[in-house]
Amino acid sequence: MEVARFWRTKAQRYQLVGEECPHCKSKIFPPRDVCPTCEKEAKTPFAFSGRGEVYSFSAVYNPPAEFDKFAPYTVALIRLVEGPLVTAQLTDVDEADVRIGMPVEMVTRVLREDGERGNIIYGYKFRPVLLDHGREAARAHAPAHQPVPAMA
Amino acid sequence: MLCTFHYKNMRDVSIIGVGQTPVGEHWDKSLRELGYDALSAAMRDAKLERIDSLYVGNMLSGELTGQEHLGAIIADFAGLRGIEAMKIEAACGSGAAALRVGLMAVASGMADFVACMGVEKMTDPPPDVVTSALAMAADAEYEGLHGLTFVSINALLMRRYMHEHGYKKEDFAPFAITAHENAVHNPNAMFHMKITPKQFAEAKPVADPINLLDSSPIADGSACVILAPTSIAREFSDNPIRVRACAMATDSVAVHSRRDPLYLEGAAISAQKAYAAAGVGPADMDLFELHDAFTIMSALSLEAAGFAPRGRGVGLALDGEIGLKGRVPITTMGGLKARGHPVGATGMYQISEVALQLRGEAGANQIPNARLGMAQNIGGSGASVVTTILERM
Repeated sequence: MEVARFWRTKAQRYQLVGEECPHCKSKIFPPRDVCPTCEKEAKTPFAFSGRGEVYSFSAVYNPPAEFDKFAPYTVALIRLVEGPLVTAQLTDVDEADVRIGMPVEMVTRVLREDGERGNIIYGYKFRPVLLDHGREAARAHAPAHQPVPAMA
Repeated sequence: MLCTFHYKNMRDVSIIGVGQTPVGEHWDKSLRELGYDALSAAMRDAKLERIDSLYVGNMLSGELTGQEHLGAIIADFAGLRGIEAMKIEAACGSGAAALRVGLMAVASGMADFVACMGVEKMTDPPPDVVTSALAMAADAEYEGLHGLTFVSINALLMRRYMHEHGYKKEDFAPFAITAHENAVHNPNAMFHMKITPKQFAEAKPVADPINLLDSSPIADGSACVILAPTSIAREFSDNPIRVRACAMATDSVAVHSRRDPLYLEGAAISAQKAYAAAGVGPADMDLFELHDAFTIMSALSLEAAGFAPRGRGVGLALDGEIGLKGRVPITTMGGLKARGHPVGATGMYQISEVALQLRGEAGANQIPNARLGMAQNIGGSGASVVTTILERM
C-alpha cells in the first residue's frame, strides 16, 4: 500500500512547504536537508506562496503506464516567486494557451490513482492565476505609499 | 569545485579487444545471450580465454526482465564461473560507468584482464511499461510522481533553449540527418536509411517541441571492451588503444534543482576532469561520440564539453561542422539516434566506436588519421556523466 511513503510528504505536497537556509537565506523546494546553494545543513520549514510563472512546458501523449487514464496532460517547470523551480502538471488550461512567462498559482489535485484498492495520491498542480488573485498579489507587492514623481 | 585527478602511481591501461552485437529488436535472444555475444566477440578479438573480472553496465534488467544479479548470471553463462563480476548502474550512463570501474581495477593493479560490458534488453515488455521504467532515471518523488516521462523532460529543456536562444524546431534537424547518414555504413546500427530535412519537419510530434526524429529509438544491444595494462597490450592486440582518461561527475537528478537547467554542469565537470587527466582539450579531438538521446542533448553536450559556446551548439550543427569532414565530427557511426539506444549498453557502443575509429577500422565512416577521440555518456537528463578519452598508440 505504501501509505507511509505518501503520508510523510503531505506538508510539501499539500501546502508547498519547503525550507529556508538559516545560513544563506536561500528558499529551497523540494525540501532536501542540505542547502544546494551554500551546501550547509538547512532544515527550517518555509511555506511558499504558491505563485510563480511558467519557465517551460510540454504535453505528454505517451504516458507511463500509471498515468494512462490522465493523458494527454501538460507538464511544466514553474519558477516560484521566491526563487526555486518546481516540476508539476498544469491544470485548468489548454496546452495551446500556455506561454512561457504565464503567471500561475498552486492548487491541490489528484496526481495518481493506484488501482481500485490502492492509494489516491494528491499533490500540487498549477493553474493560470485567476484575475482577482492577480490584483490581490499586485497590491501585496506594491509599496504602501507610492511617492509622486517630481515634475521634470 | 573541480577536483583534478591525474593517474599518478597508476598503471597505463589499454583496450585490447572490442565486441558488439548489432543494435536492434532481438526477438530470438535473451539478456544473457546478448551479453555473451558481445563478451565472446571481445575476448576473441583480444585472443583471451580467461579474464579476471567482468563489469556489466545495465540500467533496467530488474524492471524489464525481472532479473538482477547480472554479473554472476552472465559470468556463469559465458563459462567464466569463479571470476569477480558485478552490475554497474548509472541510468543511461551505465555502459561507460562500467568502463570507469574496469579502469580503476586495471590501473590500480588489482586486476590485469577486465571485461567492461554494456547490455540492455528492452523489446520484450509493452511500450508503456518501458516508458515507466525509463522514467526511473528521473527523480521518482518530484518528477516521476507528476507524470513526467523522459521525453517530456527533454521537451521542457528544448522549448526553453529555443526560447532563450531564438532557434526554431527545424534548426535541430542536422543532428538527426547526420546521425542517419553515418549509420548507413555501420553494420551494427539499427537504422540503415537516410532522412531528409522535409521528413524531419513533417515527423510525428512526440512531446512538443520534440518529434519522432529528434528522438533515439529504444532497442536491444550489447557491447564490450577488454582492458589490460598497456605494458603487455601488444602481446594481445596489433592495435591497442590507450585509455587516456575516463572521468565521471554528477549533477542533481531533477532538472528543477540544477543551477541552470540549460547548462549540463555534470557533463562540464566530467569533461574537464577528463581533459585535465589526459592533458588535452576539445580542440585536440578528432571525433566526439556524444549522447544524442534527443537532439537537444547533442546541443547541450557540445556546449558543456567546450566544443561550442553557450547557445551555439545548434549553430555548430547548422554551420555543417558536425559531419565526418567537419571540425567536430559527432555520431560518426550513427549515434544514439540511428545506431540505436539500448540504454545501459549505449556508453559501451560509444567507446567501442571511438576505439574502432582510432584503430582505422571504421570502414566508409573512417575519420582519416584519427589519433584522439572522446565519448561522453549521459545518465538521465545530465545527472551522471562519464567522459572517456582514447588514443591510438
